[in-house]
Amino acid sequence: MELRTFDNLIAQRSEEPEVKPESGKQVAKSPATNPIKVETRNLDFFYGPLQALFGISMAMPEKSVTALIGPSGCGKSTYLRTLNRMNDIVEGTHIHGEVMVDSEDIYSSQVDVVELRKKVGMVFQKSNPFPKSIFDNIAFGPRIGGQRNKKELEEIVVRSLKQAALWDEVKDRLHSSALAMSGGQQQRLCIARTLATNPEVILMDEPASALDPASTSRIEDLIFELKKNYTIIIVTHNMQQAARVSDFTAFFYQGRLIEFGTTRDLFTTPKEKQTEDYITGRFG
Amino acid sequence: MSDVFQRRLKRRQRTSRIFELVCLLSTWFGLVVLVVLLTGLMLKATGTWDPTATGAAKATENWLTPTLLTNHMSSDPERAGMVASIWGTCWLILMTALLSVPVGLGAAVYLEEYAHENWVTRFIRLNIANLAGVPSIVFGILGLTAFVRMFGFFGDPTAIGVPLGFGMLKIPLPFGKSLLSGAFTLSLLILPIVIIASQEALRAVPQSIRHASLAIGATKWQTIWHQVLPASLPGVMTGIILALSRAIGETAPIIVVGAASYIRFNPGNIERMSELVTKVDGLLLVPSSQYTVMPLQIYNWVLNSPDPEFKNVASAAIVVLLAILLLMNGIAVYIRNHFSKRLDW
Repeated sequence: MELRTFDNLIAQRSEEPEVKPESGKQVAKSPATNPIKVETRNLDFFYGPLQALFGISMAMPEKSVTALIGPSGCGKSTYLRTLNRMNDIVEGTHIHGEVMVDSEDIYSSQVDVVELRKKVGMVFQKSNPFPKSIFDNIAFGPRIGGQRNKKELEEIVVRSLKQAALWDEVKDRLHSSALAMSGGQQQRLCIARTLATNPEVILMDEPASALDPASTSRIEDLIFELKKNYTIIIVTHNMQQAARVSDFTAFFYQGRLIEFGTTRDLFTTPKEKQTEDYITGRFG
Repeated sequence: MSDVFQRRLKRRQRTSRIFELVCLLSTWFGLVVLVVLLTGLMLKATGTWDPTATGAAKATENWLTPTLLTNHMSSDPERAGMVASIWGTCWLILMTALLSVPVGLGAAVYLEEYAHENWVTRFIRLNIANLAGVPSIVFGILGLTAFVRMFGFFGDPTAIGVPLGFGMLKIPLPFGKSLLSGAFTLSLLILPIVIIASQEALRAVPQSIRHASLAIGATKWQTIWHQVLPASLPGVMTGIILALSRAIGETAPIIVVGAASYIRFNPGNIERMSELVTKVDGLLLVPSSQYTVMPLQIYNWVLNSPDPEFKNVASAAIVVLLAILLLMNGIAVYIRNHFSKRLDW
């Protein structure tokens, strides 16, 4: 398949023809017209007395990929973690503003954090499989959710592994240790593990930054496939990666959202000077 | 390369080799001392060679016989055995483990996973570290007051019956000079060790595992129970075995808490392994039973016996004690290796 490079992709997107409906097939909708899945309104985030995010307002449509880019320390990972309340683990953090998933404020007291995290899954920068078998890794989510039926667990594991493009490589050794796999395989296992709980949103915090280029492109192919069914928000340091996989891009700088728009627009005609400086490599 | 450099390089290499030699000697020194002691012990116990023997004929007798393990105490050194103390030690260690492991592990989990960092937590940690260094006789006196006599709360000794599925477990109040007192006292003694070792083991589990588990939608307790505790198992096991090894050898607190010096029955009258399942009423009598332990038995044979021949029996008994200790540690190392093979992060 044609190499999806930065320039290629931008050129491709500029010439994208409109999709004509074929008989029996649904028209591929542009994600921009999809209903909003995740939204933050005027989000301020504090680590104790230190403010890390300033008034972030952003709406991400469902079944699309949004990339968060920006230099180190600009708040992208912090922002990502507010979306599934993983920041609650750190002592002394609090927010102002609203974070809405499916138009429901996830920081309200009625929301069960455990249920939220089943719906909004997360893949971390460095793959962190449990020190158990591949099967047990993936079955962990459904099991603690109450699923005891062996057959159904097997089905879930097989489905998740196929979705994560890992099935063919491990189908003969489902009960061997997950730690015996390569880095790229472990990361795909983590993705499969997240998929096993049937999330609707998948958050990815630099999922390929610790991987070699071959594994990286496999993960990117995976993201491309997954976005048909899931809303994906991905933090990345790699601008080319953002351009390759995402529909929307948000540029963060020093805790503020500088610009947000479709990937094509942000990379070809950025509105803010800071955005343009970052993209062209003048800083960061 | 200049001359000065070469000379200095040679000096550095020489220093390096000397340091390596010093470390090697330190290691071997400990090992050599241990081997010498053990060999001397074995020679004396089997009667091969006894430099301290008085009297001609009996000096070369083998004292490490099977009857040592099956007979009860006797005033005749040739018929004396230590079976009561072997069973006593085993029961005592079992009960101590059952008491100290859940409490110790629970405390470690609380301190590592749930406690907030404030002065209360720091105070608790400090106290646990201090308790690890308290002399064991102090625990003995504590045990005497709190468990054997229970502060004099019960004027006349009573008992409560705990109905279990297969019979009634009798618990005397106060505990008196029973295995219960000994087990509770030893549990307190080794609790700080168990807590500290478990804390270290829990700390060694990477945070990334906890984050991954929470991100999948597990509660904090589910994360601890399904991921953190299994992952910390090798370290926890090591701590428990170390603690129990220390408990096996404790004599002073055990004497204070009332282990018997002369006893000719096993706790619950259980004589064979098979009777563990058949003699259920004996099993129920074990916690309230009087007992003796191996270190105490050895102590009595060495110092409190009228017949000086008993010193040789004592040597043989020491060999038995060390063998059991070695067995325990061997099992621990095996269990630890088995579980840590799965955890190579």
